[in-house]
Formats: sequence, C-alpha cells, structure tokens
Amino acid sequence: MARFVIRRLLQSAVVLLGVTLVVFLLLQLVPGDPVRVALGTRFDPQTYEALRARAGLDQPLVVQYFDYLRRALTGDLGVSFRSGRPVTAIVLERLPATLSLAVTAVVFAMAVAFPLGIVSAIRSGSLVDHAARVFSQFGVSVPDFWMGIMGILLFSGVLGWLPPSGYVALTEDPGRWASHVALPAATVGLVTASILTRFIRSSMLEVLSEDYVRTAEAKGLRTRVVVLRHVLRNALIPVVTVVAVQLASLLGGVIVIEVLFAWPGIGRLTYDAVAARDYPVLQGAVLLVAALFLLVNLLVDILYARLDPRITVK
Amino acid sequence: MKPVLAVEDLTVTIGTRRGPAHAVAGVDWAVRPGETLALVGESGSGKSMSVLAATGLAPRTARVTGRVHLLGMELTGVTEERRRRLRGRHIGFVFQDPMTSLNPVLTVGRQVTEAAEEHLGLTRRAARSRAVELLDMVGIPSAGQRVDAYPHQFSGGMRQRVVIAMALACEPDLLIADEPTTALDVTTQAQIVELVGDLQRRLGTAVVWITHDLGVVAGIADTVAVMYGGRILEQGPVDAVFGTPSHPYTKALLAARPDPAAGSAELVTIAGAPPSPLDLPAGCAFWPRCPVRGDARCEHELPPLVPVSAGHQVRTFYPQPSDGERR
Ligand SMILES: Nc1ncnc2c1ncn2[C@@H]1O[C@H](COP(=O)(O)OP(=O)(O)OP(=O)(O)O)[C@@H](O)[C@H]1O
Ligand code: SF4
Ligand SMILES: [Mg+2]
Repeated sequence: MARFVIRRLLQSAVVLLGVTLVVFLLLQLVPGDPVRVALGTRFDPQTYEALRARAGLDQPLVVQYFDYLRRALTGDLGVSFRSGRPVTAIVLERLPATLSLAVTAVVFAMAVAFPLGIVSAIRSGSLVDHAARVFSQFGVSVPDFWMGIMGILLFSGVLGWLPPSGYVALTEDPGRWASHVALPAATVGLVTASILTRFIRSSMLEVLSEDYVRTAEAKGLRTRVVVLRHVLRNALIPVVTVVAVQLASLLGGVIVIEVLFAWPGIGRLTYDAVAARDYPVLQGAVLLVAALFLLVNLLVDILYARLDPRITVK
Repeated sequence: MKPVLAVEDLTVTIGTRRGPAHAVAGVDWAVRPGETLALVGESGSGKSMSVLAATGLAPRTARVTGRVHLLGMELTGVTEERRRRLRGRHIGFVFQDPMTSLNPVLTVGRQVTEAAEEHLGLTRRAARSRAVELLDMVGIPSAGQRVDAYPHQFSGGMRQRVVIAMALACEPDLLIADEPTTALDVTTQAQIVELVGDLQRRLGTAVVWITHDLGVVAGIADTVAVMYGGRILEQGPVDAVFGTPSHPYTKALLAARPDPAAGSAELVTIAGAPPSPLDLPAGCAFWPRCPVRGDARCEHELPPLVPVSAGHQVRTFYPQPSDGERR
C-alpha cells in the first residue's frame, strides 16, 4: 500500500508539471497585456518597462517557464499583479472557505441521497421511490442560483433563521461558520444529492438482481443484513467514483454560488483573477485545484481497493 | 417416515407484461430424510420455481398457492419472517453458477458461516473456526488459510465446494441443489456429485437435486420426478421410472440420452419445443410433441396422474407398457 501511494504521488507530480506547462502556455495566448491592465490610468512607459522586468516578462518564454517552475518548487508562485501580495498566500487563504463549503455540501448530499437511494431501490415502485424520482428531477433541472436565491428569500428573508450571505472561518467561530455555510452548502448539495440519489438507486437495483443476493436470502438472513452487508457493500463501489467526481468539481469552486453568497473561495478568486487578468493568481488557483483533484483521485483509488478485494494495489 | 419437505398442489403464477406465466401448474412431491429426490425436465419446465416458491424465494411478482410442509410444519400462510428463520437453518441451497452465487467483497469464511451466526447465534470467533471446519469438510486444501480468501481467488469447482460448505453450515435437514454441476467441467462435476453423496451419507441430509443430467439421476437419486410445462408427468422410485418408463415423454428423454455403452455420440432429440408458461394447453402439455397421441382427449383434457406400480405414477391417458429394454 505504501509503495502504491508513493508511486501515485510521483505520478501526480508529473501530472501537475503538465498542468503548469499547459496553463503557462494558454495564458500566453490570452489577448491583453496584464501589466498594462494593472497600471490602468497610472500608465507611463518607464514604470511599464520596470514592472515587466520585475515580473520577468521581458525574458524569452522558455526562461520564464523554468523560472516559474524553479520558484514554484520552493512554494513561491509569484506575486499578484493587482495587489502585489504573494500568490501562494492569496490562494491558500481561500482554501478553507472552499474546502468547508465543498465538504459540507457533499456530506449533506450523502446524508440525503443514501437513505433515499437505498429505500427507493429496495421499495422500487413505491411512494418513496416516486418521491425520490421527483426530487432528483427537480434537483438536476432547477438552476442552482435560483435555488440559492429562493433559499435566501425563505430562510433569511421570511424566516430570518440564517444570514443571507458572508463567511466566518470555522476556526474562528464554529457556530457562526455553520449558520453561514448552511445555505450555500444546501444549495450546492441539493444538486449533488439529486445526482447521487439516482445513481445509488440504480446501482442498488443492479446488485439486487445478482445471484449472491439470492444466496444471502436463501441463508435466511434478515433483510437489513442482506441489504447492508450484501447489497450496499457492492453497490457502493461505483458510487464512490461519483461522490469523488462531485467533490472534486466542488473543490474547483462553485463560482455562481460563491458570488451569490459572498463566499470567499477559490471559485470567487478565479473569477476575479480572470476579470483582472491577474495571471499569477489565476495560475496559482488552477494549480491548487489540480492538486486537490489529484489528491481526491488518490483517495478514491485507496478507498476502491479497500471496498473491492478484486482490486489489488501493488 | 415423515417427509422433510413436501409440496401439495403447488402453483406459481408470475405476473409479466404479457400476462400471467404459469411457471408451476400444480405439482406434488415429497422428500424423506436422507433420501434424494431428483427433479428433471427441460429448461423452463418449472423445476427451480417449484423449489424457490416452496421456500419463500419466488420473485415478488409471483403468486404461490398450494400447501408446503417442512418437517411436519405447515408453511402455507406463515409470515415471511417465519419462513426466513427456517431457510438456512433447516434448508441449505446450492445454486447453479458458483461464479456468481458468492458475494465478491466478503471472505469465503464470512459467507460460509453467516447462516450459523444468524440462526445458531455463533460468535464471530466461533464462526471462524466453524468455517475452517466446514471448508475442510468439503475438501478445500489448507482451509485454515483459505478461510480469509475472497471468492475470486478460487476456481469454479472450489467455489462450488465453498457454496456446499455454506449450505451445510447449520447442518440442515434438507439440501436443495439447483443444477449444481451445470457450470462446471466434466471432471469437477463428478467430484461435486461424489462430495454431496458423501456428505449426505455422513450427515443424513435429504437432498432435492435439480438436473438435466439423467446419468447423475440414475447414480444418486432415490426418487425422480419428471417435469414438463409446470407439471409432473411421471414420478416414482428411480429404478421403476428408469426401468419401466411409462410416459411417452420420459421414454423420449431416456432415448435422447447419449449411450456411453454404445460408444456413439448419436443424440436423439425430441422434435418441437415445450409449451410457453404464458399459454399452457388445456389438454396434455406434451400433446404437440407426443409420438403416441392416443385420441382427441389428449388435446383437450388434462390427463390425471395415475399409478402404474407402487409409488410410480404417470400423467397420460396412454401409459406405455415396458418394452423390456432400456436405451
Ligand atoms: N421472474 C420471472 N418472470 C417471469 N417468468 C419467469 C420468471 N422466472 C421464471 N419464469 C418462467 O417460469 C418458468 C419456469 O422457470 P424455472 O426457472 O422454474 O425453469 P427450470 O425448469 O428451472 O429451467 P432451467 O432448467 O432453465 O433452470 C419458465 O418458463 C420461465 O420462463
Ligand atoms: S396424454 Fe396423450 S398426448 Fe399426452 S403424453 Fe399421453 S398419449 Fe401423449
Ligand atoms: Mg432452473
């Protein structure tokens, strides 16, 4: 297992290297001169040249890239064109907001989707099953920003239970963090829950028709044991991938929701960096998201091997 | 002796999109302690469905009628919960395909003794040593280590041994084996047949053995029931049925058996196809394929099950007298 993890980490490093190259090259293709944008009305040729030189933009591309890489390895991702602050710090300070929103949303989604998916599979055709189908349909077809707005109107406007927007760090005040994260997490989580419910249901149904489930019933096991030990354990294997894909995509930031709820996460940061042509920050954000993606993938592979003994990790 | 399991006038009707399927249209059979009853017949004749329905394992869409007695207990109309407690405890099952009848994510040891944990209240630790014992009993080498292996680490034949160990975990009174050798190669088939025979003698278990293989029937069964179109066409002691087959269908089946003695691969098959359970004929189900076809009654009237000798019955208007030779 340890060797597997090390090998996968090395692979991830190679992928990350590729990501830096692609992002670097893509940014060369984007029209617009970031230094000019950064200077705005304060433009004068001398400052312009000085700034370009300080950012290394007067060097050949290859030199610029290797320079970037060399510094990235020491944790230095450059400085923001806009604020002049180190990119690493800017990106990392957005991480807790995004992480806590993504994880809360996925936990919420699982808490809804597992019971609903399981019950609608073992009672397929029942009232619960139909209700679950309507819920899933609703969740995937209603735009999340609309759901967010409705949530704000109801829980913050009408009922006054939750703050309409804003962020409080978990480390600062867990109670206030929870009240702030509830609405955006539920909004994002509802979509994820809809997708998951469907998937869990169909995965369960597939396993329910397996021969070994009949074997388990033939042994006279209780329904609960058959469902949890025999059906769910197997149905879970493909579900893990879907949960991971959902989590990974949320870690990339949910721009609309973060903007709507004034949530200072990676999505919001990316959005602002693009608008301001703040390339170093954009690069840093993409790199962080890619790293998170790879990490989630690695965790999924480890989990897979734990769930399915037919997969051997070497 | 009281039968271990007996069914009377058992019918299974399965609701399908194309109407009700009469999978089992009224069968009676019984298996006595230590004895082996073989259920034979072509694919779709209702062999599996009759045992599944008798034990409460029929699909949810099925309607089951008739009476079932297990160890003298009336099972008709009892709650599913009660039936569940009897399954695994008093009846063990071995299904056709050992590649799919074991759960891929649980160790074989766990699966083998699950029933004993449930019904006999074995602790996990006791269950583990019991699992080793059972795996050893069915001839799995170094059972002490293999107990923690997963199904995919076993060959087909070894998996079927695991399934047999699993079925016998609570030392049930009855073992139901639904084509347990069909998915295996010929050598392995013989080993499994022998293993079940051995264990049956040692444990005194009654066996219902479902098969297409008449050779196996002759070797292991005490009584045999020949099924066709959801009904039994001929049943009785195996010597009587095979020695003096009296139903045209049984005769045809026995004739269709490849004869190893003659050393020829010649296989006489019965022309035509069995009836659809969606559309069972009003008269004799075998009529369209019957070489005898006594008269118009055959087509329109259901022939009754009539005795031809002690315990030997046939469902035909024209029982065939023995022609004195076995093919
Ligand atoms: N779930 C189901 N829905 C509808 N019809 C079914 C279902 N299961 C079985 N049947 C029908 O019931 C009839 C009896 O099936 P059964 O499985 O008992 O046959 P069998 O004698 O065991 O055949 P085989 O040798 O192929 O196992 C078949 O004609 C089959 O088409
Ligand atoms: S009842 Fe008639 S058709 Fe049916 S098996 Fe007997 S002879 Fe043949
Ligand atoms: Mg069958």
